[in-house]
Amino acid sequence: MAPLLEIDGLKVQFSLRDGLVRAVDGVSLAVDAGEVLGLVGESGSGKSVTGFAILGLVDPPGRIAAGAIRFRGEELVGRSEAELRGMRGRDIAMVFQDPMMTLNPVLRIDTQVVEAITAHERVSARAARARARDALVAVGIASPDERLSAYPHQLSGGMRQRVAIAIALLHRPALVIADEPTTALDVTIQSQIVAQMQALCAESGTALIWITHDLALISGFADRVAVMYAGRIVEQGPVGDVLGAPLHPYTRGLIGSLLGGGAPGAPLAQIPGLPPSPINLPPGCAFAPRCPRADGTCATAPDDTAHPGGRTVRCWHPHAALETVA
Amino acid sequence: MSAPVIAIEYVSKGFVRRPGLAERAAGLVTGGARATAVQALDDVSFAIAEREVVGLVGESGCGKSTLGRIVVNALPPTAGEVKFRGAALATLDPAARREVARKIQMVFQDPMASLNPRMRIGEIVGEAPRVHGIVEKREAGAYVDEMLARVGLDPSLRNRYPHQLSGGQRARVGIARALAMRPAFLVCDEPVAALDVSIQAQVLNLLMRLRAELGLACLFISHNLGVVEHIADRVVILYLGRVVEIAPNAELFRAPNHPYTQALLANAPRLDTKKRRFAPIAGELPSPFAPPAGCHFHPRCPAAMDRCRSERPALREIAPGRFSACHLNAMG
Repeated sequence: MAPLLEIDGLKVQFSLRDGLVRAVDGVSLAVDAGEVLGLVGESGSGKSVTGFAILGLVDPPGRIAAGAIRFRGEELVGRSEAELRGMRGRDIAMVFQDPMMTLNPVLRIDTQVVEAITAHERVSARAARARARDALVAVGIASPDERLSAYPHQLSGGMRQRVAIAIALLHRPALVIADEPTTALDVTIQSQIVAQMQALCAESGTALIWITHDLALISGFADRVAVMYAGRIVEQGPVGDVLGAPLHPYTRGLIGSLLGGGAPGAPLAQIPGLPPSPINLPPGCAFAPRCPRADGTCATAPDDTAHPGGRTVRCWHPHAALETVA
Repeated sequence: MSAPVIAIEYVSKGFVRRPGLAERAAGLVTGGARATAVQALDDVSFAIAEREVVGLVGESGCGKSTLGRIVVNALPPTAGEVKFRGAALATLDPAARREVARKIQMVFQDPMASLNPRMRIGEIVGEAPRVHGIVEKREAGAYVDEMLARVGLDPSLRNRYPHQLSGGQRARVGIARALAMRPAFLVCDEPVAALDVSIQAQVLNLLMRLRAELGLACLFISHNLGVVEHIADRVVILYLGRVVEIAPNAELFRAPNHPYTQALLANAPRLDTKKRRFAPIAGELPSPFAPPAGCHFHPRCPAAMDRCRSERPALREIAPGRFSACHLNAMG
C-alpha cells in the first residue's frame, strides 16, 4: 500500500542577504494512514519548516528548491494557492505551538470555529454552530456554550490549544501536523492534550506528525521517530529501536543529555559545541565538528543508509544496533 | 543541620489590581469596579542550609518566581520575613543591606530580557563588582576575563553585545554576572528552560561544577521535574501559592506523598520506549483570583473528601525531614 504522505528529497531554502539558508536539505520520509510520526530536533533543525512545506506555507524569501511531496499519491509541490486552500483544514490540518497566534483575538470562538466549518462545507448556520459545540465537547472543554461566546484572551492557554485542536479535527483530516502544540503548557495540561489527541486520532484513523524537541514526550506515543539535525534527517525508524539503541551519534548524544536517566548529581553526557549556523553550511556531515566518532571520511556528506527493521541512518560511523543506551 | 543561609518564615504576598480609569468610569454606571486581589504566596516557610540546593517546583502562576524575587529582596513580602544568616532582610541598616544584596544573586530565565542589549558583555559582567568595590577599576578587565573563563566562555567575547551570542552563551553570561559578585546564595529562576536539550545539559553541568567548586547554596526554581531531580538536594512543591510538600530529593521521587506531587510525577514525560496511555489528572489550574476553599487542589484531586472542601490542610511533618499538606495523612 502506498503511504498516505511521502516526502522525497525535499529542499527548502531561504535566500537572505547574508547567504543561502538551507533550512531543509534533502528530507525524505513517509507516513502511513493512522500512523504517529515524531519529528524531533533542536531549534533551527528544520523540523517546523518541513511541516510548513507540506501545507505549502513557505513564503518568500523561502522556496521549495527541490523534491516531491506526495499526498495520497498526488504531488503537492507546485499546486496553485486555490487548490492548496481547498486541501488545508480538510485533508491536512495543522496545530501550531502558540494558539494565541492562530486564533484571531478580535473574533469570538464560535465565529472562528463556524468559519472553519463553512470554509469547506455548505451547512446551515444552526447546524454549523451545533457542530462547533460538539467539537469543543470532543476535546474536553467544559461548559462549551459559555466558551463559544468567549474571546480567545478570556480562555487559559490550555483551553486555547484545545480550541485550536478542535478546529484542526473538524473535517476529520487524514493527516494532522502538530508543531510543538504542548510546549507552552504546564505538564498536567500537556498530558491531558496528548491523551486527547491520541484518542481522537485513533478514533478517526487520522495520521499525526508531531513536531517536538522533547524526546521523552514523543517516546510514549509515537510509532516511528525521525531525528533532524541541520536540515537533514539523521536517523529514522520505529520509536523503540531508535530511542532504545540509537545508531547515530547525535541521537545518542541527545538521549544522554536528557534528564532523569542518570544518577542525580552526576554530570550529564553533554554534546560539546553548538549547532552549526544554518547559513552556508559546510560540506560534509553537519554534526562532524561535535561528533566523538568523526574522522576524515566525514568531510563528505553521508547518504541515507538502510538498516534492518525499517531503520535508516545518515552516518559513516554508526553505532551497532545491539549497543543499547546504558 | 547547620544554621540556614536563607530562612523563609511565614511569607505571604498579595498583589492588588486597582481598576483603571476606563473601568472606574464604567463602574460609575454599573456600580461594579472594585480592586481585585491575588494571593500569590500564602504562608510559605522553609529554610535552605549552607551548600544546599533546594528545588522549587510548580506550574505557571503558583508563585515560584514571586518567591524568588522576595528572597533576593527585589520585592517586599506582605507578611512574614526572609532571613539571611539569621538577619531579617527588612530590618537591615543601609550598609548591611548593601552587603546582603551582594551576597544574594539571581540568575534569570530569559537572558535576552535580563541582559542590557546596549551594553557589551564585559560591562554587563564587570559593572556591579566595580560599583560594589570588589575590584579596582584597573583590574576590572582581568576580573571579567576570569569570570568568563570560569563559566566556559572565551574571554574575547567581552567586546560583543548580547544579540551576537547564542542562547547557551547568554545563559552563561547571566551566570557569570551573578558569580562576579562573589555571592553566598544564588536564586536560579528557570535558568535552562529556554535552551535546547543539548545546551541545557551543558549549562546544568556548569551549575553543578560551580556549586561543587564554590560551595554555593541555591534556590533552584523550575517547572521541570527532571531538572530538579538531577540538581537539587531537597524539593519544595508549590500549588497556587501554598507549599504542599517538602522532601529530600530521593524520597520525593521514590514515594511522593501529596496527591498533587503524585500527579506531577505521573504526568512528567520520561524516556520510555514502551507505548503507554497517558492518564492525566482532570481539570485546569484554578484562577488565582478565586482559589477554591479548603485545600486548593481538591477540585482536581482523586482522593478529595468533604473535609478537603472546607478546611485548609496544615503542612505537617509526616516523617523526619518530610512535610506534606494533605488531610489523608491525618487519617492514620
